Amino acid sequence: MRRAMNVRPAAGARILLAIIPFLLIAVVYVLGSAERRAANPNDKLLPPVSEMVQTTTRMATEPDRRTGEITMVADTVSSLQRLALGLGIATLTGLTLGIALGILPAFNAAGGSLVAVISMVPPMAILPILFIIFGLGELSKVALIVIGVAPPIVRDIAMTVQAIPVEQLVKAQTLGASTWQTVLRVALPQALPRLIEVVRLQIGPAFLFLIAAEAIAADSGLGYRIFLVRRYLAMDVILPYVAWITLLAFLMDWALAKLARSAFPWAYAEERR
Amino acid sequence: MLRSLIAALALSAAALVAPAEAAPKKNFEIAWTIYVGWMPWPYAADAGIVKKWADKYGIDIKVTQINDYVESINQYTAGKFDGVTLTNMDALTIPAAGGVDTTALIVGDFSNGNDGIVSKSAKSVADLKGESINLVELSVSHYLLARALEGAGLAEKDIKVVNTSDADMVAAFKAPDTKTVVTWNPLLAEVKTEPGSTALFDSSKIPGEIIDLLGVNTETLKDNPDFGKALAGIWYETLALVVDPGEKGKEARAAMGKQSGTDLAGFDAQLAATKLFAKPAEAVAFVESADLVKTMDLVRTFSFDHGLLGDGAKSKDAVGIGFAGGKTLGDPANVKLRFDPTFMKMAADGKL
Repeated sequence: MRRAMNVRPAAGARILLAIIPFLLIAVVYVLGSAERRAANPNDKLLPPVSEMVQTTTRMATEPDRRTGEITMVADTVSSLQRLALGLGIATLTGLTLGIALGILPAFNAAGGSLVAVISMVPPMAILPILFIIFGLGELSKVALIVIGVAPPIVRDIAMTVQAIPVEQLVKAQTLGASTWQTVLRVALPQALPRLIEVVRLQIGPAFLFLIAAEAIAADSGLGYRIFLVRRYLAMDVILPYVAWITLLAFLMDWALAKLARSAFPWAYAEERR
Repeated sequence: MLRSLIAALALSAAALVAPAEAAPKKNFEIAWTIYVGWMPWPYAADAGIVKKWADKYGIDIKVTQINDYVESINQYTAGKFDGVTLTNMDALTIPAAGGVDTTALIVGDFSNGNDGIVSKSAKSVADLKGESINLVELSVSHYLLARALEGAGLAEKDIKVVNTSDADMVAAFKAPDTKTVVTWNPLLAEVKTEPGSTALFDSSKIPGEIIDLLGVNTETLKDNPDFGKALAGIWYETLALVVDPGEKGKEARAAMGKQSGTDLAGFDAQLAATKLFAKPAEAVAFVESADLVKTMDLVRTFSFDHGLLGDGAKSKDAVGIGFAGGKTLGDPANVKLRFDPTFMKMAADGKL
């Protein structure tokens, strides 16, 4: 009797298995939607797929009457800009601060507990303060993402660097390396693959903060649109937007996973398939 | 096996999302959100007035607070509640445009200064040209702004609208780069206290256009007229307390003020900016007047111009609105919002 943990589906079966849960959700949705439509032909809560396709096509191809821009493209561009800036700044901060905290005991003594405390502050709870400091423009949205996702990255990188065996650091110094050279040749290479992993895990929270920021004050963006049309329960806009956000986040995650494996193959040498 | 599993799942999903039953029933639930004109509902529930009238008609009415205004209407539209407190514009654009036939059972009041435009830079509405303005887009604030601009010879394209959550409006106005906001009470009172701000326009200049209602599902009401009678009874008994100048009234208003996060003085100030129809006869007269038809025409024009009636709407006539005496506006075959003075009339005639 083979153990369950050793049953490995073949390539074809694997794809089939992956598709089944999605199909199930789709079938449940279609039936639920048809049911509601039968009771109320104007129902907006669960619009049929055909209607969502129609709305999406219109939003993704036709220019808006009032702004002259293609709504979905304009929303995606402004959201991705904010996200890229926010995640980029958070990643850079995370890497530099994390390595410094991990390698310099004096810096860790001074800043370690501060970072630990700050990372526990829920950013959504101090929004009014953020508004007054950063205003209501683009800056505050990027700042919210940075404040939300940088602390976990900093802490994770600091822990990764601290976990480097002390023998490695001693050996580098024996070979004549300065602090700076140790950072460049010992700590940084080992922190980078982990950095990509952490950023992957932070894509979800980054989107959460992005959408929260756009819900509060904005004139474009994916989150802005969702919260705007929610006012008249336009689920035919909201559901495709949610699917689109999910797809974007999934693609980013997938691209980072690929990047990590091609840039640092050594870090994944022992990965189980 | 798989097929029966799918069938079972679909069935349970369908059961989950099935619309509210419209057959005669005994238990009803209405939702309310914090606003001066709606505070009598929770007070009536706490003071036992709801129970008194519900018992009289042998039914049970639950009064539930929802924290988020739009969410409360969405929940009602989805069939989770039999009634909800909302404005005339939202009644048209959310449930009615969503195919849920809604009756404005009680026309409680209209905003007479409770919604306003406040600016740190502009001194008059005409000065707003080229400014960026923070407001809850597509809400009555947006409608108020459109009407104010119209009056000053401007159009919406002359300004820039930034959608801002009502929960963050007060904090937003404190940010240096926010110059102008459009909002409602109690937030309006709060932003007016900001040094250097000017109140440019308020709803007292468009009286009777922003109306606060209790909307109930028309089908439920038709099958259960007792539900409507009980609600009208509850409402006018509570309103008599609200306008009572004596100790009892003061006590009631203080309780309502406390429940909406202010005190007696704050609640009285908000009440002063509200034209409350304390006597059912006043509400009936308002609903029967031709002005209401004019107002709803303005509101539906605004709603259609902003796409609020949905993509399926080819003109502002798509969603019909019914008025007292069988008058209608828009498609008479698709009347989804009805102003029906029947139950308020019963209250006026003392027939409850």
